[in-house]
Amino acid sequence: MMPPLSPRRRRLLQALLAAGAFAPLVGARGAPATRSIPSSGEAIPLVGLGSWITFNVGNDRAARAGCTEVLRAFFAAGGRLVDSSPMYGSAQDVIGEALRTLGRPAGLFAADKVWTAGAGEWQIDTSRRRWRIPRFDLLQVHNLLAWEQHLPRLLAMKAAGQLRYVGITTSEGRRHDEVVRIMAREPIDFVQVSYNAVDREVEQRILPLARDRGIAVIANRPFRQGDLTQALRRHPVPPWAGEIGCTSWAQLLLKFIVSHPQVTCAIPATSQVAHVRENMAAAGGPMPDAALRTRISSLVASLL
Amino acid sequence: MSEWSTYTLADLLMFSARTYWRLLQLYNLAVWPLQLATLALALAIGWCARRGDGRAAAALLGLAWLWVAWAYQAQRYATINTAAPWFAAAFALQGMLLAGAGRLSLQPGGAGLAAIGTVSVGWPLLGPLSGRPWTQAEVFGIAPDPTVALTLVLLAFAPRGHALLWPVPLLWCAVSGATLWTLHAPDAWLLPGLALVALLVRWRG
Repeated sequence: MMPPLSPRRRRLLQALLAAGAFAPLVGARGAPATRSIPSSGEAIPLVGLGSWITFNVGNDRAARAGCTEVLRAFFAAGGRLVDSSPMYGSAQDVIGEALRTLGRPAGLFAADKVWTAGAGEWQIDTSRRRWRIPRFDLLQVHNLLAWEQHLPRLLAMKAAGQLRYVGITTSEGRRHDEVVRIMAREPIDFVQVSYNAVDREVEQRILPLARDRGIAVIANRPFRQGDLTQALRRHPVPPWAGEIGCTSWAQLLLKFIVSHPQVTCAIPATSQVAHVRENMAAAGGPMPDAALRTRISSLVASLL
Repeated sequence: MSEWSTYTLADLLMFSARTYWRLLQLYNLAVWPLQLATLALALAIGWCARRGDGRAAAALLGLAWLWVAWAYQAQRYATINTAAPWFAAAFALQGMLLAGAGRLSLQPGGAGLAAIGTVSVGWPLLGPLSGRPWTQAEVFGIAPDPTVALTLVLLAFAPRGHALLWPVPLLWCAVSGATLWTLHAPDAWLLPGLALVALLVRWRG
């Protein structure tokens, strides 16, 4: 039995936990490390799954079955957050079919978006039916499109218990001024931005503001839609990558992202089971410290 | 407006090259051996146009556009591209224009007929020459690009072709060229290049 903590140590521990200083908190053996959503304290794995392009396979039965296997491997590795959008073609329907085949995992954290101006409720309901789920965990305003209309609706849904979290998204560094204004004024739970070893603009304003305002951060385009891993493929993974348990460039790139204390989750997209396992492995084990993060970023930039 | 300028073609791409070509492959397998009939149709169109029966040539070509509008754009491509219903509408409009008001008689000389034969037989070879399997071949009357290519050849060599028959094929050349370029297809330049040559031929003719 553990000895009781002194009041001073307890206060210190609580303060450190609240500040996220101990995050990521490594879970059980083999499980991905997690980080807490500031607005609720709920912990989610550091690596999720995106679906842009990779899950838009139309009616191709073989490709749909492949996507189901990707999701099966993702959940088997402890994954939870799956992100999609009504503008990803057939991706929502492909996810829904996979969830029906697999049996919806209890830990699923369903994240989607709303984007068409003037079609909010209809679009959300259509998305939910395509996913074949009773409700979403997180709905985000896609690329800030008509956010003045969508955000009040999403916040009302959250207040009515029809939604757990509300967020906004952007990508490729677009409209950061507006993102910052919304983060500062609106009671959002999540912000989704592009962040990787070479696209680091969000470190200047958005990540510090997320810390100050208690907003969870989802990092999209971790591999620049595959361009980074493609460009780095011809170079050997540096020997020091082994110090943080990385055996591939993809893992090194992911660990760079999720080791930032303000990043709650990165969402790489893939159509390959081997890659999803490799990505999920990057959510565990030792993480790079600030010096190593700088080294990773410098190396990647020099090799592009 | 300023935000749109920050988007690149890659940002607008919704699917992978593998998905794009698999879609064509599954479509080809589903309609086989219709490809043989549409190739015969291409030759029939050339024959009619060469004999001066421009109405028949345009009507037969219009049928090919209507089929591609429904079978490819609306039924298949729309499953991976949210813009495809608009493409289907444009292809259907072109089909109706051709069938209703088209007149595509080739001018004297063998160049037009030779170009039609080259496009009809040569376009399906592009895929295999680029390393794709035969089942992903693009055939006139089945896939949009060779259908547009043969139309441009006819418009280039048909002196009485109406100006209204040009916009949809030219727009598709831009759309398809941009899509294939984003997918890193080595022959992405071909259809836009053919459009420029067709315009040049028409302008000089």
